[in-house]
Amino acid sequence: MTAPPPSLSLPPQAAVATPSNDNLDVEAVRRDFPILQQTVRGKPLVYLDNAATTQKPRAVIDAVTHYYENENANIHRGVHFLSQQATFAYERARGRVGKFLNAADSSEIIFVRGTTEGINLVARGYGRAKVGQGDEILISHMEHHSNIVPWQMLCEEKGASLRVVPVDDDGELVMEEYERLLGDRTRLVAVTHASNALGTVNPIAQIVSLAHDRGVPVLVDGAQGVPHMPVDVRQLDCDFYLFSGHKLFGPTGIGVLYGKRHLLDDMAPYQGGGSMIKSVTLENTTFADVPTKFEAGTPNIAGAIGLAAAIDYVNDIGQDRIDAYESGLLDYATQRLGELADLRIIGSARQKVSVISFVMNDAHPHDIGTILDSEGIAIRTGHHCAQPLMQRYQVSATARASLAFYNTRDEIDALTDGLVRVHEVLG
Amino acid sequence: MSELRELYQQVILDHNKTPRNFGKLECANREQEGYNPLCGDHLHVYLQVDDDGVIEDIRFEGSGCAISKASASLMTDAVKGRSSEEAEAAFSSFQALVTSDVDSPVDEGQVGKLAVFAGVREFPMRIKCATLAWHTMRAALDQQTVPSTTE
Ligand SMILES: Cc1ncc(COP(=O)(O)O)c(C=O)c1O
Repeated sequence: MTAPPPSLSLPPQAAVATPSNDNLDVEAVRRDFPILQQTVRGKPLVYLDNAATTQKPRAVIDAVTHYYENENANIHRGVHFLSQQATFAYERARGRVGKFLNAADSSEIIFVRGTTEGINLVARGYGRAKVGQGDEILISHMEHHSNIVPWQMLCEEKGASLRVVPVDDDGELVMEEYERLLGDRTRLVAVTHASNALGTVNPIAQIVSLAHDRGVPVLVDGAQGVPHMPVDVRQLDCDFYLFSGHKLFGPTGIGVLYGKRHLLDDMAPYQGGGSMIKSVTLENTTFADVPTKFEAGTPNIAGAIGLAAAIDYVNDIGQDRIDAYESGLLDYATQRLGELADLRIIGSARQKVSVISFVMNDAHPHDIGTILDSEGIAIRTGHHCAQPLMQRYQVSATARASLAFYNTRDEIDALTDGLVRVHEVLG
Repeated sequence: MSELRELYQQVILDHNKTPRNFGKLECANREQEGYNPLCGDHLHVYLQVDDDGVIEDIRFEGSGCAISKASASLMTDAVKGRSSEEAEAAFSSFQALVTSDVDSPVDEGQVGKLAVFAGVREFPMRIKCATLAWHTMRAALDQQTVPSTTE
């Protein structure tokens, strides 16, 4: 995959590292992840469900523990020492996320629970004001339910309609159709950076530029983007970008909404409550400025701190290096699974993140999942919260192996052997 | 491994490969669609119930894993020719079987052939696969009689 240039947040040694499959010491990396040391059902754990959630390095676990043991207090409220410490750590985390995405300003970083909540925030705060009767929202056929349902709800409420960019047999967006569907009534394009079910990486810069030519803003679901490649929101020029901490080796319950400052300034708050105000009388409230306006109530402070630690960890290894290593591993896995005669890989886009969806003749994905589990191998089976996409390929479910930079070729071999066993078990 | 063999017993594999009573029932007077949102499994159960509430015929269609397909197949065998009350009782004992403690003994007299599903108890995530057909059949039974499509 061709990666955009590294973001400014890379530490010097990572920025100069030449990407190569060989210079990532995977055994050393694996030692950083306590959970990978265990056995499951008597076999070494082979964790290939990284698109669902990733495992956490010791650095992240320690950062969360350190916060609770040393700095825990509520933020933005107390004048006391601990409250200042906690506030500082939380805001420092915001700054680190801002650098990671190369945002113009850290106030463009809103902490949310995850990608899902972030998309709902935009649908409420931006969509409700900007989308009216007869307007259109443009999504793609490969979206996760979290980038479909909030828009359907908005369309229902406003009398707007949802238009869908089709996907071809290889799993790529049909760009001619995209251009055709971008119309006078399009108020927003909402599209995924990379597909969780197929692995397809979409040409975001091109999508954004075509939309901007018509004055249409673009929201990018980056849940499967940031874990696999450097992301520079200013280079992409997208208007909103979202990701989930737990898919980037960070904690659950924390995620990020990036939005261009002028758009965020104009948006109504998502929830009302403490923290998000300047002043409240019983008659009236003045809202706080961005980003606080969107963070009502006590946020997930430990989560933000854990996420910042995850970003530091990823930066230390180097996102270009991770990208290169995973590409090599994906090629290897594609080749090994290709050796199995009755297995069909779904999704063969030219640019993919390390996700392989597949089906097998005469073996339902659920049975494949259970049989692999008995070998200690964790994969995902089902519709991957992308039912419209499953319908597009006329399957009700697939089996999916999704790889991270701590996975190895030996693990791919174990997966291949496990798949051979499927037929032995099912007869 | 032995747990896996317990789950995928020969009887289950046979019923998965060649399900009994598979296909649409043209003269059905009750039918119901069952769906497992977790895995996308789809099932359609057709019943022909007479005035006394006896299940004269039953068929099913759909796509699913080995466990759900075999369970649907064995269920049709188990309730065909039975009264609604007997089918209801069979549902209860099947449900009790697959949700019982892993170590508790299986009462073969009670569940008969369905005892092959005892292995599901080791796989909590698969219990829904085994019970989908039964829930769907029950929902169909609860319906008012609808005119069959051929009438
Ligand atoms: C592409 C994509 N978008 C959105 C989501 C939703 O993320 P979360 O559940 O963390 O909100 C996921 C995760 O499953 C995803 O893969």
